[in-house]
Amino acid sequence: MTILTYPFKNLPTASKWALRFSIRPLSCSSQLRAAPVVFVFKLYLKAVQTKTKKTLAKPNIRNVVVVDGVRTPFLLSGTSYKDLMPHDLARAALTGLLHRTSVPKEVVDYIIFGTVIQEVKTSNVAREAALGAGFSDKTPAHTVTMACISANQAMTTGVGLIASGQCDVIVAGGVELMSDVPIRHSRKMRKLMLDLNKAKSMGQRLSLISKFRFNFLAPELPAVSEFSTSETMGHSADRLAAAFAVSRLEQDEYALRSHSLAKKAQDEGLLSDVVPFKVPGKDTVTKDNGIRPSSLEQMAKLKPAFIKPYGTVTAANSSFLTDGASAMLIMAEEKALAMGYKPKAYLRDFMYVSQDPKDQLLLGPTYATPKVLEKAGLTMNDIDAFEFHEAFSGQILANFKAMDSDWFAENYMGRKTKVGLPPLEKFNNWGGSLSLGHPFGATGCRLVMAAANRLRKEGGQYGLVAACAAGGQGHAMIVEAYPK
Amino acid sequence: MVACRAIGILSRFSAFRILRSRGYICRNFTGSSALLTRTHINYGVKGDVAVVRINSPNSKVNTLSKELHSEFSEVMNEIWASDQIRSAVLISSKPGCFIAGADINMLAACKTLQEVTQLSQEAQRIVEKLEKSTKPIVAAINGSCLGGGLEVAISCQYRIATKDRKTVLGTPEVLLGALPGAGGTQRLPKMVGVPAALDMMLTGRSIRADRAKKMGLVDQLVEPLGPGLKPPEERTIEYLEEVAITFAKGLADKKISPKRDKGLVEKLTAYAMTIPFVRQQVYKKVEEKVRKQTKGLYPAPLKIIDVVKTGIEQGSDAGYLCESQKFGELVMTKESKALMGLYHGQVLCKKNKFGAPQKDVKHLAILGAGLMGAGIAQVSVDKGLKTILKDATLTALDRGQQQVFKGLNDKVKKKALTSFERDSIFSNLTGQLDYQGFEKADMVIEAVFEDLSLKHRVLKEVEAVIPDHCIFASNTSALPISEIAAVSKRPEKCFPSREGMLSGSSPAFSDLLAFGSPCQVIGMHYFSPVDKMQLLEIITTEKTSKDTSASAVAVGLKQGKVIIVVKDGPGFYTTRCLAPMMSEVIRILQEGVDPKKLDSLTTSFGFPVGAATLVDEVGVDVAKHVAEDLGKVFGERFGGGNPELLTQMVSKGFLGRKSGKGFYIYQEGVKRKDLNSDMDSILASLKLPPKSEVSSDEDIQFRLVTRFVNEAVMCLQEGILATPAEGDIGAVFGLGFPPCLGGPFRFVDLYGAQKIVDRLKKYEAAYGKQFTPCQLLADHANSPNKKFYQ
Repeated sequence: MTILTYPFKNLPTASKWALRFSIRPLSCSSQLRAAPVVFVFKLYLKAVQTKTKKTLAKPNIRNVVVVDGVRTPFLLSGTSYKDLMPHDLARAALTGLLHRTSVPKEVVDYIIFGTVIQEVKTSNVAREAALGAGFSDKTPAHTVTMACISANQAMTTGVGLIASGQCDVIVAGGVELMSDVPIRHSRKMRKLMLDLNKAKSMGQRLSLISKFRFNFLAPELPAVSEFSTSETMGHSADRLAAAFAVSRLEQDEYALRSHSLAKKAQDEGLLSDVVPFKVPGKDTVTKDNGIRPSSLEQMAKLKPAFIKPYGTVTAANSSFLTDGASAMLIMAEEKALAMGYKPKAYLRDFMYVSQDPKDQLLLGPTYATPKVLEKAGLTMNDIDAFEFHEAFSGQILANFKAMDSDWFAENYMGRKTKVGLPPLEKFNNWGGSLSLGHPFGATGCRLVMAAANRLRKEGGQYGLVAACAAGGQGHAMIVEAYPK
Repeated sequence: MVACRAIGILSRFSAFRILRSRGYICRNFTGSSALLTRTHINYGVKGDVAVVRINSPNSKVNTLSKELHSEFSEVMNEIWASDQIRSAVLISSKPGCFIAGADINMLAACKTLQEVTQLSQEAQRIVEKLEKSTKPIVAAINGSCLGGGLEVAISCQYRIATKDRKTVLGTPEVLLGALPGAGGTQRLPKMVGVPAALDMMLTGRSIRADRAKKMGLVDQLVEPLGPGLKPPEERTIEYLEEVAITFAKGLADKKISPKRDKGLVEKLTAYAMTIPFVRQQVYKKVEEKVRKQTKGLYPAPLKIIDVVKTGIEQGSDAGYLCESQKFGELVMTKESKALMGLYHGQVLCKKNKFGAPQKDVKHLAILGAGLMGAGIAQVSVDKGLKTILKDATLTALDRGQQQVFKGLNDKVKKKALTSFERDSIFSNLTGQLDYQGFEKADMVIEAVFEDLSLKHRVLKEVEAVIPDHCIFASNTSALPISEIAAVSKRPEKCFPSREGMLSGSSPAFSDLLAFGSPCQVIGMHYFSPVDKMQLLEIITTEKTSKDTSASAVAVGLKQGKVIIVVKDGPGFYTTRCLAPMMSEVIRILQEGVDPKKLDSLTTSFGFPVGAATLVDEVGVDVAKHVAEDLGKVFGERFGGGNPELLTQMVSKGFLGRKSGKGFYIYQEGVKRKDLNSDMDSILASLKLPPKSEVSSDEDIQFRLVTRFVNEAVMCLQEGILATPAEGDIGAVFGLGFPPCLGGPFRFVDLYGAQKIVDRLKKYEAAYGKQFTPCQLLADHANSPNKKFYQ
């Protein structure tokens, strides 16, 4: 046996398949002998897997670590944060991070924030928040946007800067304030006002004013629908749920699970990334306020929110409009160690995907998950903590069904077999966007911190973060626990 | 370029497109097996809801045939008799079709008026039973729901439709010269109000699901689904069924009311229509409008108004009776036969008789960004073809690109496209001044000016840059393709086309044997405006390879065209038929008939555009060009009018609409057309004395039409045309031959060959050879049993 297994010893576990194939011709020669060979071999593989899980460090590429991350409590929009501006929230997250990590401000090389609905006055909200939070004015900052995966983009941008050696210390985060959105004048009114600005004589002005019509005053709201398809996301989620035959009851049950788990996590004090925020003129906010475990009976009473009157997506099984901000301190591993930090996790392989914005708007996780796992050389079984963004119950369940379908994998993903289901007992165990809330630009950091904190608490090695986003895009990233 | 603006009646034919694109095939079902097991309908019970699924075998669409009727009644009787069933859902298992209408062949097979009337009455009885059903029935509509299909749907208690592009509702019977004969004329006005119902029935227009919801034609919409655990179409139908079942249950439990809340405007209209005086005014207005538009040539619209009126004024019983009788009368009319013939012809001209091409055309290049070139580009990009539009100058290119954009943008304004779709379609178009990217082209269509030496030059230029397999198509209205192809270096080069050799495909080889060296040059004669005119005339020479033809037809079909394939020859088919008629137009004008009078004579005969206006629209210079070219070839037979008239007009710059002056004066934004008074002196100088014996209004009309018809028959006789059906389609869809006459060949059949020959002989006596009936026409006159359509 030793002769047989010896050459394989040095192979990584990922090439399990290759091994099975190479074993087969051997076993053909003598069936009797073959059985024990395979048996022993499987035992051996198991031993390898459990004993020395490989790390995903790559030669010649710097390891990137999360030192720590925080977030403001996520609140239903229109509640305590309603009078703030986005940079106020972002500033709260940044000061919280400074406090938590005690990082010297001048060490930070760069700051990146994600946001979706931009406040026009602070279009580079990262810079405004950083200045206000007391970071050095010598630290540049920029803002990124990629719908619901904006914070993910902020983090991976930071990972790139560190890995390529451009920076050592990055603050990445995200912010969203849905309590206030920029509502504009109509295009006609704007044009009239701009022309008035340029008009030189009284005559010109009067003739312009005479063109005014009352309907010019109709305001223009920020788009809630997909630009390419004019479909709102809730509508798309309802269709997606219908396409995968996800029932209303399944959706309500899943939403209830999310709220119950979030409540439990909150009560047990597991949501340690939350930092209290003293809102000017109001009381200090210490915890998320959207967690409301209800009963299936109560939830069944709600009317569909998007496809009326027979749809299945309701207010109770969708994520709600949320205000909140998050921030994370990311460093090159050697820098963190040199500064005496004990990092929480490594940020490993990540993957962005995109697909049809009409019919597959929210299927990002299904597409991104297998790709990132393959890239990292891991399998579903290697993951100890799944943290998926929950836009809608129906969306999560549709993704589950897609991942569990050979037909879908063959016809739409170009795979021979299905992706496989993430085990529910490892999935969003501390609640998710449905219950904790979903400030578009800030959710990505929450997902990563939840994965990192869960790995520390529950004792696993790998976490998988995945999210869908408007535009039919998606993201997945492997988070590896930092050895204790 | 023989351009012909499709206005008025001709444009109504666009509704055919929907029928056809569903692959509407009328089949003859064998009744024997239907008795044993149900072949068209199966039904299952889910809880207390019966789900009736319609699925006619071996067809892409469901049509209301006799077999389907009887199976349907049988199933419904079972449902009504069952104690367990409290409601029903009516749905089709076919993606893209609920019920496409009545089986046309079933109507065509009827010999007498009574038979047709009886068919209508049977259908009326079935739908009446549906309407009176005590168990609520929900029609779940996905795909076309037309004619009889709509009549079935509106007799159900509730309608749910998918908000799919393919889901359209309408009553296209008027386009076939008939009326909705299964209670539609009575139910529709009650459901959507008299004005909307009349509009639907008189125009035959198809209504999309979202519009139908607003009108009250359907009660709920279901969004089509994307991919899930099954193919999207399959799951969408399943989902529609699930939703329909919940509504059926709700209706049975009285939790949902089938009554709809009407809007204020709707309520007011409904109230106004209760006043007899208002009703009379509405009828009068609509009748006036119909008379003006149909010029009394189409009996169906007036009868529809009549039947609707009877139902409202005298009650439904009288209405149903009137409907069935008028339906019988209409189906037996010549007009209806002509229109149904056109419909069949159109179905035929939507098939690729050459089979699938070896290589799909994915990259198209168009030379010349003029009206035609840009038009061709527009109908190509929106079908997903990557298209290069090339011109020699930036100004011309700009104009062309703007034309394409405007065409697409107009669709956005009509909400047929979203602005996003427009942008993504427009990105299929590349405008350029050089030949970059031509090395990837699968087909090049040249639409440069009609000049042989210019065409030769571009052919040579293009052949230097295109790959071996690329097809060169010439968009010309009169220049023989073989002459254009004469300078092609590729008959030899493409001989064993490298691709053909590699794939070892046999068709290429059989082509070699049949024609010697196959050639990849072909004629594709589009009609202007390309995005409106449905016809495409494809011209093959003896050397054109079969695969080239197959590719050209495939591209044309993709562009949504109705295609006739004709042999090469001066003027091919369409231009050749038009030329003698145009010559007669000139003679008639020379004889002192006012252009306005001539226009009204031709339109009242059924042409959508008056003859003088047509010359202006085509362009006087183009007409002159064609007249000269064809005159040289065909000599005296194409004579009649003095071409000098056109020459003088061209020299004075009266080129028609494009130059603002022709027979009429054209001004931007002015609808009214005034005669061009400067024409008086030209006409006076060329005046001919009219011959009184052949100058009555009717004679003038027939002088024009008989020359057209005679030449068309000659094209069939000479083998330019392969079938009379193609001749009819070409004449109606390309040249505006009166649709009510069904095309020149159908006209000969219905009007009588003898009578036409008699007319021709009478005019021959007055004018000579130009009116000599051709041999084939004379043959038909001599043996009355001979028909172009048996």
